[in-house]
This record gives sequence, C-alpha cells and structure tokens, in this order.
Amino acid sequence: MKNYDAIVIGAGHNGLTHAAFLAKAGLDVVVLEKNDYIGGATVSRELHEGWKYSNCSYVCSLFRPEIYQSLDLGRHGLEVVPLQGSTTFMQNGDYFGSYHQPTVRRREIARHSKRDADASIRFDTDIMKWCRLIRGFLLRTPPDPASFKIRDVMEFAHLLKSFYSLTESQIYEFLRFFTMSIAEYLEEYFESEVIRAHFSGGSIIGTGLGVFSPGTAYVLLHHAMGDIDGNVGSWGFARGGMGAVSKAIASSFQSFGGEIRTAAEVQKINVSGGTATGVILASGEEINARVVVSNLDAKRTFLGVMDKQDLPESLVHRAENFKIRGSSGKLNIALDGMPDFPALPKGSPLLLGHTHFTDTPERLERAYDDWKDDRWSQDPYVDALIPTQYDPTMSPPGKHMMSVFVQYCPVEAEGGWTDAKRDAFGATVIDQISQYSPNFKDLILHAEVRTPREIEAEIGLTEGNIFQGELTLDQLMFNRPFPGYAQYRGPVKNMYMCSSSTHPGGGVMGAPGANSAREVLRDLGKTDTTPRDFGDD
Amino acid sequence: MTNTMDKSVVVVGGGHNGLVCATYLAKAGYKVQVLEARDEIGGGASTTSFAQGYKVSGLAHILHSLNPKVCKDLALEQAGLERGVAIETIALARDGQHLTLGKDSATGGSLSSEDIAAYTQFKKEFRRYAEALKPMMMTKPPRLKGMDHKDKFTLAKIGWKLRFGLGTDSMREFFRVGGINIYDVLNEEFDNPHLKGAMAVDAVMGLHMGPRTPTTVLTYLHRLWGETDAGQSLPSGGMGQVANALSTAASNAGVSIRTGAKVQRIRVENGKAVGVELATGEQIDASMVISNADAKSTFLDLVGTRELDAMFAHRIHKSRTKGTVAKLHLALNGLPQIEGLSAAQLGQRLLIADDLQYVEHAFNHAKYGEYSDKPVLEITIPSISDSSFAPQGHHVMSISASFVPYALKGGWEGQREALVKNIIALIEQYAPGFSAQVLASELLTPVDIEEQYHIAGGHWHHGELAIDQMFMMRPIHGTAQYDTPIDGLFLCGACAHPGGGVTGVPGHNAAQRIIAMGAGKK
Repeated sequence: MKNYDAIVIGAGHNGLTHAAFLAKAGLDVVVLEKNDYIGGATVSRELHEGWKYSNCSYVCSLFRPEIYQSLDLGRHGLEVVPLQGSTTFMQNGDYFGSYHQPTVRRREIARHSKRDADASIRFDTDIMKWCRLIRGFLLRTPPDPASFKIRDVMEFAHLLKSFYSLTESQIYEFLRFFTMSIAEYLEEYFESEVIRAHFSGGSIIGTGLGVFSPGTAYVLLHHAMGDIDGNVGSWGFARGGMGAVSKAIASSFQSFGGEIRTAAEVQKINVSGGTATGVILASGEEINARVVVSNLDAKRTFLGVMDKQDLPESLVHRAENFKIRGSSGKLNIALDGMPDFPALPKGSPLLLGHTHFTDTPERLERAYDDWKDDRWSQDPYVDALIPTQYDPTMSPPGKHMMSVFVQYCPVEAEGGWTDAKRDAFGATVIDQISQYSPNFKDLILHAEVRTPREIEAEIGLTEGNIFQGELTLDQLMFNRPFPGYAQYRGPVKNMYMCSSSTHPGGGVMGAPGANSAREVLRDLGKTDTTPRDFGDD
Repeated sequence: MTNTMDKSVVVVGGGHNGLVCATYLAKAGYKVQVLEARDEIGGGASTTSFAQGYKVSGLAHILHSLNPKVCKDLALEQAGLERGVAIETIALARDGQHLTLGKDSATGGSLSSEDIAAYTQFKKEFRRYAEALKPMMMTKPPRLKGMDHKDKFTLAKIGWKLRFGLGTDSMREFFRVGGINIYDVLNEEFDNPHLKGAMAVDAVMGLHMGPRTPTTVLTYLHRLWGETDAGQSLPSGGMGQVANALSTAASNAGVSIRTGAKVQRIRVENGKAVGVELATGEQIDASMVISNADAKSTFLDLVGTRELDAMFAHRIHKSRTKGTVAKLHLALNGLPQIEGLSAAQLGQRLLIADDLQYVEHAFNHAKYGEYSDKPVLEITIPSISDSSFAPQGHHVMSISASFVPYALKGGWEGQREALVKNIIALIEQYAPGFSAQVLASELLTPVDIEEQYHIAGGHWHHGELAIDQMFMMRPIHGTAQYDTPIDGLFLCGACAHPGGGVTGVPGHNAAQRIIAMGAGKK
C-alpha cells in the first residue's frame, strides 16, 4: 500500500493551496475530496444548460497576490477581470453609486452630501492606513499569548513593533476601529444614511452580526484590502467563475507532482499512540501518510472525522462551543437578457459592479433582527452581480447570469427548513430586486436557491457558515479556531489544520492554506516554499 | 512648594464622584469648593420625594459597588454611611416559580442540579476575571505610548495577574470570552432559559446593548467587579443617605459645598482654566477646575469648542451617550401580592426578564428609537426596609426600565403616560390587582434625567461603556487620564475611567492623578 508524505482532506481552495506548497517542497501529497468535483466553495457548476454558476463564493477579492505569484497561477490559467464600483438603490427612486475612480466617487458622494464628500477624503486615508497595518499580519502565524517560546515572544515583539509605527493617537483610533460597530464607525464620518448603509453592507456579509454589533467595523478591511493592493487582479471576477481559481491552484499543484482524488470521502483520521497515521475512506480503503492535514472546518474536523477518544476533553468542549452559525443565502439566476434598472442613467457603468437594495442602516439592522429569531430577513440585504457582462464564457450569447448573495438567512428557519420554505425565501429575494427592476422577473429562466441547509449538505460547511467559523474577536488571531491551537497544529502529533477555521479566516484568500503549509514544512524540516508577504507595496 | 491658598479648587457638580474627589484633595491640603446646581447634593445618588409623603432614591436605587478603599480613606462609616440591608436578586416568573440569584448560589424555580452547580462555578470563575482587571480599575488608565513608570507598572501588574494569577487555561479562556457576548457564554454554561435571561440583565442594564451584543461579557465583568468587594444592598434612607455621608466627610475635611449654584461656564484664559461663571453671573476664580459633569457638558457646553482642537471636539461630540433606562416611581396603597413571594422577599431586587430573547427583544426597539411594550424591569420596594419612605401601610416602588430610548421617534411629548401604563400592566401580570394599588407615579425618561440631573443623554454611565469608550479611551483618548487638553481642568465623573455606578472610583482616581501631578500648586 502506498505511503504518502501528506494527506490533505478536502479540495477547497485552502486545501489545494496548502497541498501545492507542500508538493512544491518535494513532498508526495494526495488531496482527498468527497465530491466528484474539486473546489469546495470555490467552484463553477453548470446547473442550467448553457449557464455556469459560481454557486458559492462569487468574487475574487481577497486572494493573496503573493500566493497568486508564487504558485504561478497566471500560467495555470487564472485570469481575474477587474470589477468596478457598486450601487445602492434607494426607496425614493434615487441611487448612490460608489465608482471605482476616487474623484468620480467623491463627486457622487457630494450629490448626496457635500459634507460627506469632504469626510470621504479623511475616511479613505484612514481605511488605507488600517489596511496597510492589517495586511502585514495575514501571512504570518499568530503568536500564543500564553507561551514563552522564543518564536512566540519574537512574533509578539513584531506585532508590537508594527503597532508602534503608529502615533499614540493612531493606536487608539486603530483599537476603536477594531472594536466598534460599522454603523457607529461610519457615523463618525458620514451624515447621509444611504452612504452609511452602502459602506456598512460589506461588514455583515457572512457574519452572525448586525451593522450595530461591535467588531464589525474592521470587516470593512476584508473588502477594502483587495481594493488597495494596487494590484488590479485582486478585486474582481475570475474568468470562468470561481471554479477557475481552484482549477488553477489544482493545476499548479499537479505540476509539482501532486495527486487529487475526487469522490473519496474521508470517514476517519487514524490516530495511534497520540499520532495521526492516515485516514480511512467511506469506501473502507485505508491510506497512510506522515502528516494528515484537515481542510474541513473545526467542527467537522474534531467532531466529525476525528474520534473523541483521540482528543483532549477540553478540546472537544471547545469544538462543541465553536461559533459557526450560518447567516447567508445565495441565489444563482439564469437571465434571458440584461435587466433594466430605471433609476440609473442610460448606459451607467455602475451595473458592472455590485448592486444593493438597502438604503438605511436601520433596514440593515432589522434584517439582522429577523435572523436572530430564526427568520430569513423580510427585507434582505442583497449583493447582486452580473458577471456575464465581463465574462461571456458563463452564459449563452445575449443571455446573462446573476449571482445574488443574501444576508440574512437562518440555519434553521423556524421549525426547520423545507423545500417550500426555501422557495419562499427565494421569492422574498427576487421580490426585493424586482422592486427596482420591473422586467427582472420576466427574464428569469432558472434560479438556484441555496440556504445554509443546501450549502452544508453540498460542500460540508457546518451550518452553512461561509467563513468556517464566525469572525468575532473570540475566534480571531490567536483564538482561531481555539485558544492554544492557533498555530495550525492539531491536538495530536502529525495532524494539522489548513482551513478557513484557522487564522486569518474566511474569504477566498488562500492565506490559511499557505500559513499552515509553512508550519508543516517547518516541522518536517523542509525548505519553506510559502511566500513572504509583499509588505507595504 | 506652596499652595496658592488664596484661590480654591472648584469642583463642578456635587455628585458622589465630585464629593469623593473633593474630599481626597482637601485631605491633601487643597482648599476645595464644590458647586452643585441642584438644591441637594449627591447627583444620581439622592433621595427625593415624588409625591406628598412618598420618597425614593432618585436615580441609582441599589448600592452594589461603593469602593471599600474609598469608604475607608474617607471614613464614611464614621460619617454616617450605612450600607443597609443586603439583598439578593429574585427573577420573577408568571407561574410563581421565581429564581433567587445570590452571590454564589442560585435556587428556586425548576433549576437543575447541573445549572445550580454551573452557577456557583461560573460566578467564581468570572469573579476571578474581574479580579484580574482590578489593577486597571483603581488607577489612571495607562497610555499605550509615551507611558510613565506608573503606566508600565499597571500594565505589568495586569500581565502578571492574567498570566500567573489566572494561569494558562483561564487566561486563554479570558481572552476568548473577553470580546464575546454574554448570550453565547450563558448558552455554553446553562440550560434554564429564565436563569440565563436574569443573568444577562447584569451585562446590559444601563447600556445600549442586548445580550447578543459582542463585548457584553466585559460589561458583565464591570458589574461583577463591584461584587468582588461587597454585595448589593438597599441603604436605609435611600441613596441620599450615601450622599449625606459623603458630604459630611467632605465638610469634615474642610470642603465647602454650595448647592443651587449652577455653573454656566468654565472660564479659560490662554488655554488654562482660571475659574467658573455661575448662572447668576457670579464669577469664581480657581487655581484648578475639576468637572464632575459628563464629557459633552464639560467640553461642549461649559468650556466651548473655540477653546478646543477641532478633532478633539469632534470626537467628544461623536462619543455615544444616549441613555437607555427610564426610572419609574410608584406610590402604592399597600404591598403588591406576588404569588410565592413573602413580604421579606418582596424587599429584594426583583427582575422581570423571562429569557435571553425577551431581553434581546426589549433592546431591539431601543435601536430604532422605540420602547418595548415588554421592557426589562429592575424593581425595588425600599419602603419595606425603611418605613419612613411611605405613610403607614403604604409603599413606594422604584423601577428601572430597560430599554427606553433617549431619542424616541416623534419625541416624548404625550408618550410618557403610555409607557407608564405599559410598565404597570406588565407588573400586573406578576402581581394581580397591582394597577389598582397605584396612587401616584413619576417617570423619568432619559430625556428627563438629562434635564433634571444635567447628564447629557441621560446615560447611567455618563457615556456608553462600550469597549471603544473604556479604559484609555474613556471618555475619549486624549483626556482619559483625568487631565484634559485645558491646563488646570480635570474630569472626575463617571464619564472618566472606570465609568458609572455609585463606586466613587473615578473621583478617587482623579484625585490621585491631580495630587501626583502636583497640579494647582506653584
């Protein structure tokens, strides 16, 4: 029986990224995927003939350029088309357009409030400052505050040093930014409700939090970061859908001699004498390896494919209390043509970007209140995109595909999900959009409606949480996934975690995959093939 | 070093913190004068009569965290302080299955043995966390850059307490729960919905937060921090008795106190506070001015923005100070009848908070400038332990109702009656025949509190106790160490670290800071 150097469980983008760096270092690596297609949530699928859906993740905004470069993804066919601007449609028939071009955006802001146009200058520079600081932490392993290991102490020293590059007042402002709610943070800059609502939206995507929940402000960075890389590729659509991202990483991985097995569901990680030795597949087949790396979320890893007996009790308790509530839904819609949005001037470029339909912070928060009571939002926050305007490969000529991300959608609609409830949820979302686009409904040829139930069932994201664990302070940095286990090493020897359940968390970023690969290579005494961050380019 | 004894130190506001600060300074040799706008001292800690023959504690109505060091330093017992009867918390149930929540034990209702054990364990563990934060509480918050030795010492002490006081596991757990919400933590530890609802109240009362708001564990610790010293009690004579003890102690130390003296302006010349001007136009020179008022009133109203850096003024202006609690006082023609509660038990701290969702829903409305028709209530009947509060056989009820917005949509005009009806109807559900017992009532919405007690926003803590407005960021960074950008002007009220509650600690810390700086001396 063949003996691998490493087994990676789950062919999501992090699993593949992780595997690619190991293979690049000359290790013999196999990636095991339960579905008969790879990509996990980074996937394009043809569910309606002629249409390709990025039916989970839908924009390529955060993927680290360092990884793109060191895995040579361009050569492996990943092409990212820049995405421009975003719009919020207003109940009064007006709209707010956040244009890609800063000066144009400022002009548009002035149309709603002159004062806010001035504030936006201060806003942009402040956000830019925080991005610079945070980006430095993404491709690093978080230190353990309870440890006195030289490496942890050094890492803390590094954090402090970059912290101290700020002035005293900037330090406090940063702490406030990190702990405030997005709605209250924006109130310190903008008076216009639609502008606050527009910039708030991004902060609640995928979270179990509302725009007034402390800790949501910094999520803004997860969206701004890509933007300011100054690297056009970093904020846009993957040509061919998100599947193109996983395809490219897979191809890079295979070019280093890596092996991928689909339809190979892992049932159990074998542990003997406190050391992981391999896995057993659902088929009963046994595969051994020096290290086993899980790209499953923390709950699935420790409560699913691992045996309680093999784990410390405290860790099982932590896994049970891991916060991983699903809060998002997704619609993928095949359109017979391009829908009209009468509010926009003819030929406005804004339709090329995101479109939203919630114009006050209060409406955003009320959408959250519904979710807290296990209802889907009656007035949902929607992030709709029509990538086929850029990428003709995803639909027949003249036709279009609309990707609709929806916040909020509960894990268990009161009394549990049924297909009828799922469709009712879909109808709520479609109604929301058609209020601003009269011909929208008539153009719909096919619609795939996904609630957390579908997302979990298909890609195995527990409770359908797109970040594999909430991005709240208790589950960030050295707390992610659990205090004391934030350095990608599992509780048993030779077992590692590379999923978005680890630092720095969700979003198609690839950073967890790369960081964990660094730790594995370190333990195996191999040369580090993972990229240093570009730093402040 | 000689005192400029010709000019005295002026303390603006005779709230409990103002009195504490003044007394410490007087003991240190300063000549101190306290100016209080209202006719009685004490501010939020006062006893008022709201109807002929009926008295209550005006704002704060339970003594739960008056600092022992302050009591000792100022000899408050000798000055007449009586903590009064110790009380427990009883969470009311419509079916008479009430829960009693003590300092370490919970009983009653249908509590499982697991929950009872978990409660004791939980309180113990969380008091340890609160203890770990203590070094931060009794001193000025350290600056994060350009620290002085004291700051470094404070940080070192906290680091030590966390790492070795708590130990690796507890420290890690502390870091995990530190930024999380009370809702998740309670769900991790307990089953009984009623117990969880009641416990959550301590984390959110007085704040613009619901149980699911992140950082509510921190606010829960803030509340527990008082419990680490002394339990909660109802002072006989009400909170006014506490204020009286404080003013006696102040007078004994040589502080002169003027009531009915409303400060209209803090006079600033060349960036230095030189005195105050009263509403009457009277000018008082001072070697140093200490404001017990909240930050917005102090800087935006009394000092004026033209004396301040624009960004500083902007941050003060944007600091969040909207109150969320209304105070309702009721005169009753007898004791309310609550099934399963003895007269003695009626004298405890009674809570209405059915479960976590009940509390969260009550909060939801406040976010949109509405009030809930099912508010969270904290009820005391002080006349049970102090018969002087009501005529023979009659009683008074003092209620803190959450969540009641400062900025009610459409304004408060004509809305007060509706809210009062609301609350009485809610209590009726627990005490049949209650509404018929009500003879008179007084409602203080946050707006009324702002007006009568001169607290911007009518906020319990003179400003939201959110993590971005705590510690070295309270009320805002740049004036978090009690001194301000104006020379000779200091803060000593609840708007300063560590915040509100009748603790006396902000006043204590401010005095320590002023003495350490040798301010007001030449």
